[in-house]
Amino acid sequence: MTDIYSQQRRNRRLTIVLIAAFFIILGILGFAIDSYTFGTLKTTGLPVATLIAVSLAGINGFAAYFYGDNVVLFSLRAQPLQFENPLHKKLHNVVTEMALASGLPMPKIYVIPDPAPNAFATGRDPQHAVVGVTEGLLETMNREELQAVIAHEMGHIKNQDILLMTVVTVLVGTIVLLSDWALRAWRYGGIRTRRGSKSKGMHPVMLLIIVLFALLAPLLSRIIAMTVSRQREYLADASSSEFTRNPLSLASALEKIAGASSPVKNAHKGTAHLFISDPLQRKLDNKEGLFADVMSTHPPIEKRIERLRRMAYIYERTT
Amino acid sequence: MFGWVFLGILVILIIWVIGMYNNMVTLQNQVQNGWQQIDVQLKRRHDLIPNLLNTVKGAMEFERETLSRVIEARARAVGAQTVSGKGEAENMLTQALGRLFALVENYPDLKSNQNILQFQEELTSTENRIGFARQFYNDIVAQFNIKRGVFPSNIIAALFGFKAGEYFQTEEAAKEVPKVDLSLK
Repeated sequence: MTDIYSQQRRNRRLTIVLIAAFFIILGILGFAIDSYTFGTLKTTGLPVATLIAVSLAGINGFAAYFYGDNVVLFSLRAQPLQFENPLHKKLHNVVTEMALASGLPMPKIYVIPDPAPNAFATGRDPQHAVVGVTEGLLETMNREELQAVIAHEMGHIKNQDILLMTVVTVLVGTIVLLSDWALRAWRYGGIRTRRGSKSKGMHPVMLLIIVLFALLAPLLSRIIAMTVSRQREYLADASSSEFTRNPLSLASALEKIAGASSPVKNAHKGTAHLFISDPLQRKLDNKEGLFADVMSTHPPIEKRIERLRRMAYIYERTT
Repeated sequence: MFGWVFLGILVILIIWVIGMYNNMVTLQNQVQNGWQQIDVQLKRRHDLIPNLLNTVKGAMEFERETLSRVIEARARAVGAQTVSGKGEAENMLTQALGRLFALVENYPDLKSNQNILQFQEELTSTENRIGFARQFYNDIVAQFNIKRGVFPSNIIAALFGFKAGEYFQTEEAAKEVPKVDLSLK
């Protein structure tokens, strides 16, 4: 049984572990460069590369914590609300209602110009929270369904999922960037040696680092899935019905989201776990079993709907 | 030796009393804060009504009775002082507004009026806000009253004279939190 408080504790612990792991990975990397490649450790006694790598990790961790929401909003091309638009006005009203229902402060609201219905939450804590929805969501949902989706996001804020999910986004994004760069360097280096230019090919340690990063990339989606986990989505669904007292409206909202055919354009592997329903519509989400449980960021939508229906049934019988 | 043990127990007891007292004060503040949230929304509704009436007045001349009932209910709601009195007055206002909007359906040009639609959205949202603020308030009041009633925190409540929180009642039966199933199976 997971309750809100154990979930909050777990989230804080995982955030610290994640940032520590990030420091260690970059620290080892810097140390490897120091000890073998440049030999600065022997000549000057200063581990220059290690210091650079660790301070890079520090800057990155700092940015993830304080500006993670901005990074997410920028990468999703999210826009602030326009109050002349009646749909945006309605969204603002609905978010206000759900802030009252959850007892949380009013979050900032953003809209993604994309026809695929979806929603996400990001930020650091309830005082610095952001809720974002796509234009498609505003157009396809009725008032109660919109309420349920927003309530789900408020659930993520209340359970303090948002900090962890945002830090995961930024740190993993950084490593993906580095590994991308490493792979490109590998290819570039390979071409150079084949051409038989003056350079004697790549330094073995650089090669090792590049291979390490190339191996890291496929592991990352697994790390995201493990820290994010399906349980989190179920818990936010439960919070949503606690706030709206209406599990069936979330069920019908999820049905509409599942029925929409197109994925969200600007979403990618790094930000997919932030959304209420997988914006990439990956096949793995619909599978069950241990492998899917560990590897997937979202539970099967039918399972979620089934649970909400059961919740509504129990609720009917107790009132 | 005995003196030290006694002193130790006394210190622990004092720390416990302080912790429990602070806990109850925090909850009591949340109750007050929750009530203020409801009050803000009630006021918002009272402020919306005159503008709404001005918009529909011309077209709905023949619905004098309904209009005056809304005005009357609003005046009573504005004047209400106690929690239970407010609950009652707001119920009357909700009913009067419901009747008004049911009548608007009979006037095609009003129904499609952009201003009316906007008012309807604002009033719907305000009603929802009142409802959700009330739901949150009542949940907190329940939490506070339970703490006030059960042992051992009831000793602290009696000692410092914490008064029980008053529920904000409305027509529809108070909704309960749905039971939640979180097992992964």
